[in-house]
Amino acid sequence: MTMNAFLTGAYDTAVGELPGSSCMGLHAEAAMGAVADAGLKLSDIDGVLCAYSFTEPHLMLASVFCEYLGIHPGTCLAIQAGGASACIMVMQAAALVASGQCNHVLVVTGDNRLTGMSRDGAVAALSEVGHPQFERPFGISVPASYALVAKHYMHQYGVTSEQLAAIAVEHRRHAGRHPKAHKREPITVEQVMGSKMIADPLHMLDCCLISDGGAALVVSSRAAARDTRVKAVEILGAGQGHTHEHIVAAPSLVDFGCKTSSATAFARAGVAARDIDVAQIYDSFTITLAVELESIGFFERGQAGIAAAAGELGLGGKLPCNTHGGLMSYAHSGAAGGMFHAVEAVLQLRGSADARQVKDAKLAFVHGDGGILSAHCSLVLGA
Amino acid sequence: MTMTSYPLPRPNAQTQSYWDGAAAGELRYQHCSGCGHVQRIPRSLCEQCQSSRLDWKRSQRTGTVLTFTTVHRAPLPVFKDMVPYVIAIVDMDEGFRVMANALPHCREALEIGARVRIGFQHVHGMALPVVDSVVEPAA
Repeated sequence: MTMNAFLTGAYDTAVGELPGSSCMGLHAEAAMGAVADAGLKLSDIDGVLCAYSFTEPHLMLASVFCEYLGIHPGTCLAIQAGGASACIMVMQAAALVASGQCNHVLVVTGDNRLTGMSRDGAVAALSEVGHPQFERPFGISVPASYALVAKHYMHQYGVTSEQLAAIAVEHRRHAGRHPKAHKREPITVEQVMGSKMIADPLHMLDCCLISDGGAALVVSSRAAARDTRVKAVEILGAGQGHTHEHIVAAPSLVDFGCKTSSATAFARAGVAARDIDVAQIYDSFTITLAVELESIGFFERGQAGIAAAAGELGLGGKLPCNTHGGLMSYAHSGAAGGMFHAVEAVLQLRGSADARQVKDAKLAFVHGDGGILSAHCSLVLGA
Repeated sequence: MTMTSYPLPRPNAQTQSYWDGAAAGELRYQHCSGCGHVQRIPRSLCEQCQSSRLDWKRSQRTGTVLTFTTVHRAPLPVFKDMVPYVIAIVDMDEGFRVMANALPHCREALEIGARVRIGFQHVHGMALPVVDSVVEPAA
């Protein structure tokens, strides 16, 4: 099956600590890179989707970006769905090209969250997603919200902190193969367990990074994809799932929208979880990935951390996952964090992931989640 | 709001009764007279049937701990003096839900499934719900 939409360009900027970078500068670099990668000219782009920014926030970020770059596309809008933004932007771009409204849609994200606002600033800004009356007065933060999920989930399925730590360790091993990754030096389970406690049971090394960086993709219609430089990656399926925004209002602390989003994406693509060769799944915290891997059906309940410890998420494992190192070790730059996963999936399916290449990768799964496991979007991509 | 101020709840027309209740030492919740649903947290309409025929009821203030965490890294400077502090989500017996801090003397006994009682503590002039006692360990 097909969504009649193709990924024809992909690019991510340098990531990590980038003094002198700016939100719009990162957007522009990522955009130019993706358009060049597709072998297109800027004038070929007739749709632009942006997300959001902490360092240069604006009501109309896509308009700000198009002004900055000096382009005047026929379609231009911003999408905000937290960590699900990147996948939702791709899904929306796919709808734009499949319906004939656009030929080539540029989806672009970036933020200089690390050098532009400090870790404290980023943590404080993120805490504002808590409910203003029923969560924020109690000192809630994003890590604390995920810790509430983790505590419940671990209790329910007998998951240990060591098992979650194994997920972080494997991500660092992946990042060690990526010359651009923000954090590349190997870590051990003991180091994760010994790192500063943020919100019990989540330690510092159970949490994602805060990085500068940008990433962009070009999504093209079937006809327009013929004009591009490299063999396009097909968007075979996509789906979303939305259950709540605030963790206090979540209908369940073990079942989230990833179940629906992945089931829809797999059904549209006509494939099953077991068919996936490589997965790039949102890893804001170790628990995020564990919950998603188990809810989506890649592993049985309570088994993701055990599988990680056994190398199943590594290169050559049962499900190579986050081969760039993910948000925990590659980089996390706001909406670009999820876009890095999508860019890595494209590189894997093109066979151009260098030392990280999953052998014969033909089918990739990409997943993003925003809020506190609130908004989910899954993509199935094919070589 | 500045970075240094405490993020106190700002009641609106839909939640005023909840916070008025808290000030009076009462924990109130919304019940839909249309479909009988009890709302997790207050709002202007029923999350199940979207009716606006909502009644306020008075809770017995006992519930079961769904989950909790001890926060060591404060998200805002105003919380830095409080660390480590506990945040719990409590499923109340009537079917609504409360997020609250736990008083220090409860921390040892706090566990998932424990039966707890909600009281109130005054924070910068407002009464906020708080887990004030563990009445029974988890089954």
